[in-house]
Amino acid sequence: MTTVKLYGLLAEYKDPSALIHAAEKLRDAGYKNFETYSPFPIHGMDSAMGIKDSVLGWIVVACGATGLASAIALQTWVSVSAYRVVTSGKLLFSFQAFVPVCFELMVLFAGFGAVFGMFALNGLPKLYHPLFKNHRFRTATSHGFFVTVESSDSRFSLEGTARFLQEIGGLSVEVVEE
Amino acid sequence: MSALVVGNDDPSKRTPLVLGGHDFKSVSDIICRPVEAKAPQWWMIAFGVAVSGLCLLIAMLSKLVWSGIGVWGLNNPVMWGWDLVGFVFWVGIGHAGTLISAILFLFRQKWRTSINRFAEAMTIFAVMSAGIYIVFHVGRVWVAYFLFPIPNSMGIWPNFRSPLVWDVFAVSTYFTISLLFWFVGLIPDLATIRDRATTKTRKIWYGIFSVGWRGANRHWMNYERAYLILAALSTPLVLSVHSIVSFDFAVSQVPGWHTTIFPPYFVAGAIFSGFAMVVTLMVAARELFNMKDFMTMHHLETMNKIILATGTMVGYAYGMEFFMAWFSGNTFEQYAFINRAFGPYYWAYWTMVSCNVISPQLFWFKKIRRSIPMMFIISIFVNIGMWFERFVITVTSLHRDFLPSSWFYYSPTWVEVCQFIGSFGLFLTFFLLFLKFLPIIAISEVKGVMPAANPHQPGEEH
Repeated sequence: MTTVKLYGLLAEYKDPSALIHAAEKLRDAGYKNFETYSPFPIHGMDSAMGIKDSVLGWIVVACGATGLASAIALQTWVSVSAYRVVTSGKLLFSFQAFVPVCFELMVLFAGFGAVFGMFALNGLPKLYHPLFKNHRFRTATSHGFFVTVESSDSRFSLEGTARFLQEIGGLSVEVVEE
Repeated sequence: MSALVVGNDDPSKRTPLVLGGHDFKSVSDIICRPVEAKAPQWWMIAFGVAVSGLCLLIAMLSKLVWSGIGVWGLNNPVMWGWDLVGFVFWVGIGHAGTLISAILFLFRQKWRTSINRFAEAMTIFAVMSAGIYIVFHVGRVWVAYFLFPIPNSMGIWPNFRSPLVWDVFAVSTYFTISLLFWFVGLIPDLATIRDRATTKTRKIWYGIFSVGWRGANRHWMNYERAYLILAALSTPLVLSVHSIVSFDFAVSQVPGWHTTIFPPYFVAGAIFSGFAMVVTLMVAARELFNMKDFMTMHHLETMNKIILATGTMVGYAYGMEFFMAWFSGNTFEQYAFINRAFGPYYWAYWTMVSCNVISPQLFWFKKIRRSIPMMFIISIFVNIGMWFERFVITVTSLHRDFLPSSWFYYSPTWVEVCQFIGSFGLFLTFFLLFLKFLPIIAISEVKGVMPAANPHQPGEEH
């Protein structure tokens, strides 16, 4: 028989308010590798958990700039060098006419950056996760509010953390295996 | 309690967005029900009709490709007819979805949450119908790839100084971003269905498309940021798309097209027609799926107010076009507009005016704004009127172009008419599939606007 690795502890909480209080207490107790789960984003949870702001905006800026630069490069190269056709006496390099495509490609690249950047930051797609084995956790996308504390946390101890989760309002505390 | 609240006019209190005293679980239950239950009989019948329409579209497009563009009634000078009318009509309808999902989101209009999924789906399928027109109106559809800057052995590249090329970039970007925005919004709800799934098929498919979403707060943080950024990107995008569509006309020199009012006028018209289509579809869907607690009368009334506002803008634009034609002192421009109202296509012009300018004005009356049959009828009128608007702009301007010797009258052939009917088949086929297989209301967003979702409830020391 192989020994199963421990992922952490899972605790359910009553409502958004109980969840946010639990997160604050875990943060104050010095836990780092814990996570809260809710069917919808809860406002104030980021500061309650003490996590840093999303860096997604910078990814989007970089992608948008790439889109803009490629639109300028593409249109200039095509019009001035690759396929020189004078239409209605306009200059080969008529930057005014290039504005719409510059804008569209900037938005397109930035949009890809926003969606795929969000996937990358969240580590998605991830079709398997230890939590998916837990039956109770299935309500997390409907009406359940959960906390997990991962065993990788330096303050983690099976009994101590379980007791702590219960003290701060946990309705049920379960072990999640890897 | 809900009965009291429905007619609440007290401006200091917000009308509740979810009625019927639901908790989080019952919200999931009701919205997921159509996905989990067997398809109702009306759905099967409607789907059969829609697929027949889609087959009609495929038949007409096959005929077009087989015989050439001569199967349409186009002539010289009317080289754009129902093809462009259909394209602008469909792409315009799409705009309401983006307005609801992006612009109203940035303005923190929380009432949008229960209708945005629905409207975004409409956007995507409407832009698909528009795309069919754009691709096939080039005639030789097998060289449609010339529209894109793809390296080819002939060394030919698109002319980036042409609005028609801008349009290719605008519409394809619009479709891609709308699809991404819609998919991002769907992920948490697909996860809800995955976790409730009782059958293996459902578990696998919704499992794949929900990409392993588990509602973790670190995920929500990036997710909400992505959603906000997509909304901020889509807002100028939606304004740019219909502006660029209007450049197809305005940048040319045909009298009646060459006007600077076109971009804002097209955008207002697009939102107007799109909201009318949302009302048409929503009145039916809330009834058939019994979702009146989420798509409330308050939602419908708010949309009718937007129809009234944008309809008035469109009416103002019609008036201003005439004023500018007179004020410019340009006789060709003046002729184009007098001909529009009193020339051979007078019937199209007056249909447009009565449907678009007169009928939405009835929404000044609260009784009519809140009457389901009346709003349904008016929304159909607006849909018809906006189709005629595009017809009037495209055809009446072209049929009296520069040389009187080339003036001609245009009527569509049966192929064009059937293709337009078929484009509804395409739209409805996808829309009905959406109604059956995806949550038609954004579950996680609706839960977010319920009072119970606020962690700082009254009486808490926080």
